[in-house]
Amino acid sequence: MSLALELQKTPLNAVHRALGARMVDFGGWDMPVQYTGIIEEHHAVRRAVGLFDVSHMGEIEIRGPQAFDLVNYAATSAVGKMAIAQAQYAGLLYDHGGFVDDILIYKVSDGHYFLCVNASNQEKDYEHIASLQKEKGFECTVEFASPRYAQLAVQGPLAAAVVQELTPVDLKSIRYYRFADGQVMGVPARIARTGYTGEDCFELFVAPEQAEALWAKLLETGAQHGIKPCGLGARNTLRLEAGMALYGHEIGPTINPVEAGLLRNMDMNKDFHGKAAAVACVEKGPQRKLCGIEMVGRGIARDGYELSVDGAPAGWVTSGSPSPTLNKNIAMCYLPAAFADPGHSVQVLIRGQHVDAITVALPFYKRAK
Amino acid sequence: MGYPENFRYTKEHEWVMVAGDTGTVGITHHAQSELGDIVYVDLPKPGTKMAQGASFGSVESVKAVSDIYAPVTGEIVEINETLATAPEKLNQEPHDGGWLVKVKLSSPEEIGKLLTAAEYQEYIGE
Repeated sequence: MSLALELQKTPLNAVHRALGARMVDFGGWDMPVQYTGIIEEHHAVRRAVGLFDVSHMGEIEIRGPQAFDLVNYAATSAVGKMAIAQAQYAGLLYDHGGFVDDILIYKVSDGHYFLCVNASNQEKDYEHIASLQKEKGFECTVEFASPRYAQLAVQGPLAAAVVQELTPVDLKSIRYYRFADGQVMGVPARIARTGYTGEDCFELFVAPEQAEALWAKLLETGAQHGIKPCGLGARNTLRLEAGMALYGHEIGPTINPVEAGLLRNMDMNKDFHGKAAAVACVEKGPQRKLCGIEMVGRGIARDGYELSVDGAPAGWVTSGSPSPTLNKNIAMCYLPAAFADPGHSVQVLIRGQHVDAITVALPFYKRAK
Repeated sequence: MGYPENFRYTKEHEWVMVAGDTGTVGITHHAQSELGDIVYVDLPKPGTKMAQGASFGSVESVKAVSDIYAPVTGEIVEINETLATAPEKLNQEPHDGGWLVKVKLSSPEEIGKLLTAAEYQEYIGE
């Protein structure tokens, strides 16, 4: 008997290997971290277009007359304000106010919500939502739908040009954080203008058996636009520049949404699971806050490195990396609220040395509209 | 890329080329390829002593930090200053322009413990 857990694979696993990708264990999934190089892939997304396999992400579908009531109770955001075919970012919270996960809610119809959740949290999220459904007795079903979907992300200023060639749906009619159910390459697809890179973006949800042909066609069609297959390495540097949270780094069970700066994604005029704890944080004010830093001295602040102010420990780095777009070393971190606004001098403990950094506003990078 | 016959290699993927009592130290082609885009190199000042098998600096790729281990014992007499502004040299020319430090050897007999080019290539499966 082997106690080693077998890594989970997306439908494109063999394709990544054939492309010569470097594969890593990402939260139990065998995923490409890079194909040719993180910096090159990063620039492709900022300057042209990149293609990501994000089929490891989980999907949960909630259907029934009280689907809205369950989603609205489970999620922090104003689900009641969503239009059909709209997407919304939200937190799922524990009773104590910490994060179960962060998710995207897609409203398919009044009685049908489609949730996209983090790969490594999908089973936990499903259990959490199913238990809320039982506890509240809402009339709806909660389906663990991940096995029915592959997800490809086409990201970058030329994303629309590439996807438009493969679909009759007029992509100009899909605004940011909206979606349409239509066909791509003649097969049913959910076409969402959502992403995790800070660029124009489309995420395509298709049946797993369609993933390989769609991947190949996107690369072929995108070739004239300079498309590149991109791995999780570039996905991380891109989302970091865009100031987007990653579960297990900026958010997690011991972080509450007020600290994480996600107040705007909480609807305080409704009831939601974990609200009492969130309200207490709002009233008390956060002790620590998520903020950005740029290195002033030489060195790179890495995840978990300690921060100090005037020689005393003050916080920690949640995600840190060189920024290929800005050509600086940047990081997100937690600092006491008094030091979290821009312009404060802090020090990062890098292999025993205190290296100077300065707090800056998030996001680090915003695309020109 | 070839692995020069006159270098000796470690299982931690450093190389050393000895000429007289001085060794030039770098990381292998295989190492830079595994690390990916190298963006930062942290080296000690000349005059620092290093001991075979002990970490004496680090290289950072976009993703991660990796220690560099001394293939030989000795005193660092020169560091490759160009790496401060052009760390990508480690990716481009790992066996020549991307060298890290020059060391005055204090125990030249240690060289015998290192791998030959053929042994190293067999070790990494190339």
